[in-house]
Amino acid sequence: MSVSTTTDIEAVKERNRALIQEALEVYPQKTAKRRAKHLNVHEEGKSDCGVKSNIKSIPGVMTIRGCAYAGSKGVVWGPIKDMIHISHGPVGCGQYSWAARRNYYIGTTGIDTFVTMQFTSDFQEKDIVFGGDKKLAKIMDEIEMLFPLNKGITVQSECPIGLIGDDIEAVSKAKSKEYGGKTIVPVRCEGFRGVSQSLGHHIANDAVRDWVFDKSEGKELQFEPGPYDVAIIGDYNIGGDAWSSRILLEEMGLRVIAQWSGDGSIAELEATPKAKLNVLHCYRSMNYISRHMEEKYGVPWCEYNFFGPTKIEESLRKIASYFDESIQQGAERVIEKYKALTDAAIAKYRPRLEGKTVMLYVGGLRPRHVIGAYEDLGMNVVGTGYEFGHNDDYQRTAQHYVKDGTLIYDDVTGYEFEKFVEKIQPDLVGSGIKEKYVFQKMGVPFRQMHSWDYSGPYHGYDGFAIFARDMDMAINSPVWKMAPTPWKKDDGDYLAIAAE
Amino acid sequence: MSLRQIAFYGKGGIGKSTTSQNTLAALADLGQRILIVGCDPKADSTRLMLHAKAQDTILSLAAEAGSVEDLELEDVMKIGYKDIRCVESGGPEPGVGCAGRGVITSINFLEENGAYDDIDYVSYDVLGDVVCGGFAMPIRENKAQEIYIVMSGEMMAMYAANNISKGILKYANSGGVRLGGLICNERQTDKELELAENLAKKLGTHLIHFVPRDNIVQHAELRRMTVIEYAPESKQADEYRQLAQKIHNNAGKGIVPTPISMDELEDMLMEHGIMKPVDESQVGLTAADLVV
Repeated sequence: MSVSTTTDIEAVKERNRALIQEALEVYPQKTAKRRAKHLNVHEEGKSDCGVKSNIKSIPGVMTIRGCAYAGSKGVVWGPIKDMIHISHGPVGCGQYSWAARRNYYIGTTGIDTFVTMQFTSDFQEKDIVFGGDKKLAKIMDEIEMLFPLNKGITVQSECPIGLIGDDIEAVSKAKSKEYGGKTIVPVRCEGFRGVSQSLGHHIANDAVRDWVFDKSEGKELQFEPGPYDVAIIGDYNIGGDAWSSRILLEEMGLRVIAQWSGDGSIAELEATPKAKLNVLHCYRSMNYISRHMEEKYGVPWCEYNFFGPTKIEESLRKIASYFDESIQQGAERVIEKYKALTDAAIAKYRPRLEGKTVMLYVGGLRPRHVIGAYEDLGMNVVGTGYEFGHNDDYQRTAQHYVKDGTLIYDDVTGYEFEKFVEKIQPDLVGSGIKEKYVFQKMGVPFRQMHSWDYSGPYHGYDGFAIFARDMDMAINSPVWKMAPTPWKKDDGDYLAIAAE
Repeated sequence: MSLRQIAFYGKGGIGKSTTSQNTLAALADLGQRILIVGCDPKADSTRLMLHAKAQDTILSLAAEAGSVEDLELEDVMKIGYKDIRCVESGGPEPGVGCAGRGVITSINFLEENGAYDDIDYVSYDVLGDVVCGGFAMPIRENKAQEIYIVMSGEMMAMYAANNISKGILKYANSGGVRLGGLICNERQTDKELELAENLAKKLGTHLIHFVPRDNIVQHAELRRMTVIEYAPESKQADEYRQLAQKIHNNAGKGIVPTPISMDELEDMLMEHGIMKPVDESQVGLTAADLVV
């Protein structure tokens, strides 16, 4: 039944192609035609993965995507810790995004930082009918009174705001003026816009450009720019990821002046155009603002990958190449310093994980970025896909990450994902909370690769050791041996057991 | 007699509220028990009944009280001429919020609180064109059964009548709404009666009544009264009584309209000499271009 032991690459490709066909068979003709464009078997040497992406999901399938509000409030803006983010609209969107994505931060919650708190205008019928502008203004006044140490406010629009035409820009401007020029950012990230959370990232990036950068022009900066200033862009500090990345940059001699946006602050956002280099981890969610800073302020940017020692080493050298020799030596020093740590982690876990197969389905950068870390542990990623990637993500995936014959599934449906895992029987699936129990019940080990399953960090050298431990824990857990499949047992009547 | 639910639609400013209130006053004279539901944020659908500038609306009271659930029917319903019950949905000031949602909220509130018990007629007076789902509420979900479109011989009024027919057609199959007929509110345009009758024919319905223009309507309005109340003996009051009688006798005679295309509508206007045939070669040319 399991075909994952097949090693002949042509046979694997043949099997994957057949599997795609099999999955498509259950769909109505039109759906099958559309979904076929999102599924493929990667061919080595191709410039992309050969799938269509960033297209509207098909009604009736279970998509794993989020919305524009999720992209702005949940991803880009939410982690900015000293600002208060108002979920503007009915209470549900705010309720379900409460407490953020484990974007760790330093501060006293409720006093000078607010990430895990939830502010919402809690729209009622009368707010829809009469408009929510007055309520929004009142909330801002209350915020100013109750949380005087806040450094700014953002208005994260939920769907109805766009329908009833609330003028959140006018309220934001008026209140900003009233509070002596405080940063107040209206974000038009209504959930119905775009095909996934991806547009929300873009809208949020544009809001930084229009309401932070453009408004802070002429404002005196609180810090002295230095020759080795870099900003970490697109690291949300999930489980402390940005911290375990930051120390490496600092140890090689760079000064990290901003974190976007995990453990980040409004002052850091404002300072970033003065950086010498922007280092970009999550390309998908923050390439827009990086490009803008390059065009407008002349700040170059470079993508990096801090998952697993191979990619970390490569990235440290790449980042160092933008600076002088002292930094380049610093990079070598850092690589050398952590060698013992990574060697020990690999020595301990690689023998237990060697040859194991993984299927991924996540968002942002992870469908490609984590592949190197698995390979450092001797594991193979045999299938991957993006929730909301664009073609440039698939190009990067094809050119730098996936192996020949990898199964690619864009905006995978619940059904397809189950089908693929059932047939390929990987040793591990890495995806989100909605998928976790489905696959564990199928007897397939699973790790959440959005939240690191409440573990982490996974970035940097420290993160790699934790990553290795967690993957081993999932795959080699004794629990899998304790639950034998009844009908695979030799003895007894499995139907009788199943009936119990 | 079972409850009859009717609605008046038509282009803004055509005289829907005046026509409907006069007609309903005449129906009340016939002994009918009536509820008027104003579905216009301006809240002027019941002023002639109540002799008031504007009554407190469901939505403004709900906003004060916290939510619509905090209201009682007595709070929102006023009794006017001949015991006609009057409610106004109300809504936001222009430029904010969602008036359409307000209509939906109000109608649901009225239904849930038994506003439709013990009456013979519910009449919805809806603003201008059907601009969104909220203003289509009275023609959806088995609410109004018959729609009366108030129009005139002006081109835009006929466009609007045709558009409203499209709205009725859309919901005719799911909700059972029908077009009761056209009411022409005379504007003294050329060949007005002829045009109105012709449009009615094209839409598959008939011109229920041609209401002649009479300044007495204006006199009554200034006193916040219907003509029926202000000058019951006048010729104009008689016209409204005729219209009321015709609507009363029109029960169950509504039809599914057959709206026509823009081209057909323009052709019709041309047939009657209202519009000159368009020379396609001149479309898009400025006056200066045309001189050359």
